Amino acid sequence: MSVTNKAERGGATPLSPLDPAEKRSAIGAWLRNRLTSWAFMSPAALLITLFFFIPVIVLFILSFSDLKSVNFGTLQWWLPANWSLDNYSRIFGDMFFSKFLSNTFFYVLTTLALFNFGSALIIALLTTHINRRAGFFFRLMWLLPRLTPSVIYIMMWRRIASRAPFGILNQFLVPLGLGSGDDLLLANPWFFVILVNGLIGASFGLVIFTSAIEAIPRDYLTASKVDGASTLQTIRHVILPMIRWPILFVVTYQTLSLLTSFEQILLLTGGGPGLYKTEVWALRAYHLALSTVTGNTQWGYGAAWAVILVIIGVAAAIIYMRVFKFDDLVQEPKIDLV
Amino acid sequence: MTLRKRLWTAAPYIVLVISILPIFLGYFWLLISSFSTQTEGLLPVGNLTLEHFSFLRETPFGTSYPSIWRVTFNTFLIASFMTITVVMVSALAGYALSRLNFPGRKPFLSLTLILHAFPSVTLLIGIFFVLRALGLYNTILGVGLVMVGFEMPFGIWLMKGFFDNVSWDMERAALIDGATRLQVWWQIILPTIKPGMAALALFSFISGWNAWLIPRTFTIGAGQQATLSVYLQNFQGETVAVDWGAVTAVGLFQLIPVAIFFIFTQDLLLSIYAGGSKGGV
Repeated sequence: MSVTNKAERGGATPLSPLDPAEKRSAIGAWLRNRLTSWAFMSPAALLITLFFFIPVIVLFILSFSDLKSVNFGTLQWWLPANWSLDNYSRIFGDMFFSKFLSNTFFYVLTTLALFNFGSALIIALLTTHINRRAGFFFRLMWLLPRLTPSVIYIMMWRRIASRAPFGILNQFLVPLGLGSGDDLLLANPWFFVILVNGLIGASFGLVIFTSAIEAIPRDYLTASKVDGASTLQTIRHVILPMIRWPILFVVTYQTLSLLTSFEQILLLTGGGPGLYKTEVWALRAYHLALSTVTGNTQWGYGAAWAVILVIIGVAAAIIYMRVFKFDDLVQEPKIDLV
Repeated sequence: MTLRKRLWTAAPYIVLVISILPIFLGYFWLLISSFSTQTEGLLPVGNLTLEHFSFLRETPFGTSYPSIWRVTFNTFLIASFMTITVVMVSALAGYALSRLNFPGRKPFLSLTLILHAFPSVTLLIGIFFVLRALGLYNTILGVGLVMVGFEMPFGIWLMKGFFDNVSWDMERAALIDGATRLQVWWQIILPTIKPGMAALALFSFISGWNAWLIPRTFTIGAGQQATLSVYLQNFQGETVAVDWGAVTAVGLFQLIPVAIFFIFTQDLLLSIYAGGSKGGV
């Protein structure tokens, strides 16, 4: 914090080179300062404008229009005359609306509870409990799903769940008399959707929880042990209370991530099997507006689905910033410089 | 009692080993499948073979598709473009936000902060129209730029943090000696934050190399603009009888740089992936 303040103070009193020519012209120095700042900031500002600001505006406008592949090129969707709120009433009148909504809730809550929070915490506790090097090794292994290209990762899972004699799980289940050897992904799509996403998602909480647990002063844990507390009691009464902020951060941050993530579901089940069995809100928006499979692309209607996620995302992001002093937390993994 | 105690010590290891079993099985199958005629479960059927690696010489999956080298070149181009651009642009903006005083500094800081938490994938539909308007739809540059844009908030924050931790004194001395801001940035400050830039570069390269969703959304199929992920995905869905041997061999090929980073930069990976993960899950 003190470093930041120092930097800010340094910035507040602009350090112009003590060149006499420049001292003469205060306006010149001022202009130079502005130009320098602009030179440094403009590439980033341009990129953020192009890929955050303008898309948000376009998305909102689209969501008021009825742009689809049939009238693409003829409908002037950017004219307010062609705007209405029809897409939004259509969302709530959608025959499968309740299905998409319950799918989304089920997916987010279950994955969060079992993996992004649950497994992350358990693995963090276990890997900090055991030998340091072994703990590091297991955490690294948990990072693999995230590091593996999603296409390859999902390919592995499809093969794990595939039907006999090709499937890996069925290779063990069938000889044991368990299951018929059919494709397990078709039979239990949710099981795999949650597992596949959860194994990727858990590493986020795992790394944050680990550094939080390792930051707890050893004395506390020793004291607890001396007082005769069992391991579980130590976790319950010492460790958990001390990492409650990281826990709250991981839970809220991952809720938003899960709510808007769909890449793995798209690759694994494509929202199926059957009619929208595993189609979540974000995937619905993508299917409507950007998936070429159906041939009938509905940019306007799809944008309306996406806008609702954008509004939730912006609101949540602002709340995080207020509650968590987010800047401290996003920099949690310290990469030492000196 | 001793048995119980021993079990208690072993229990964490057992749980941890079971927990990493699925990904381990997946990788094991990938290896086996690339080198055998066919697989049933984890067992190879028939002889071990190198025929699946013929894609290195001739186009796999038929001649109507681009060769593997073209696709690899595309992927490498996107990943390195992303690495260089993310690091340079973030380093520029991070320096200004850490050191310079200009109107809009505070709002820009809180904005990047909000954007860092904001799920950027929700903007894909809007970006589709931006890319079309710029004439960058179905181009490698377009895909690269979108991915750079998405990485900006994270990169800027990371870089600003690094600059904040660099002492002010050397810079002040250089400025008094008459160096310009740009000289100071390039010659004095950047060398001191090399490890931080390496971390951001590593993260950007891997995400560019692995990416599927953005290339898939903003290019058309497995054409001349395809990246390895798009290429690979295409041949799992389109062909009726999937040639798994070839698909896994190409997959193994794509994993080479990732594996190198995984083996040689472990500490860096663990630290960067907690702060860097966003968007996905």
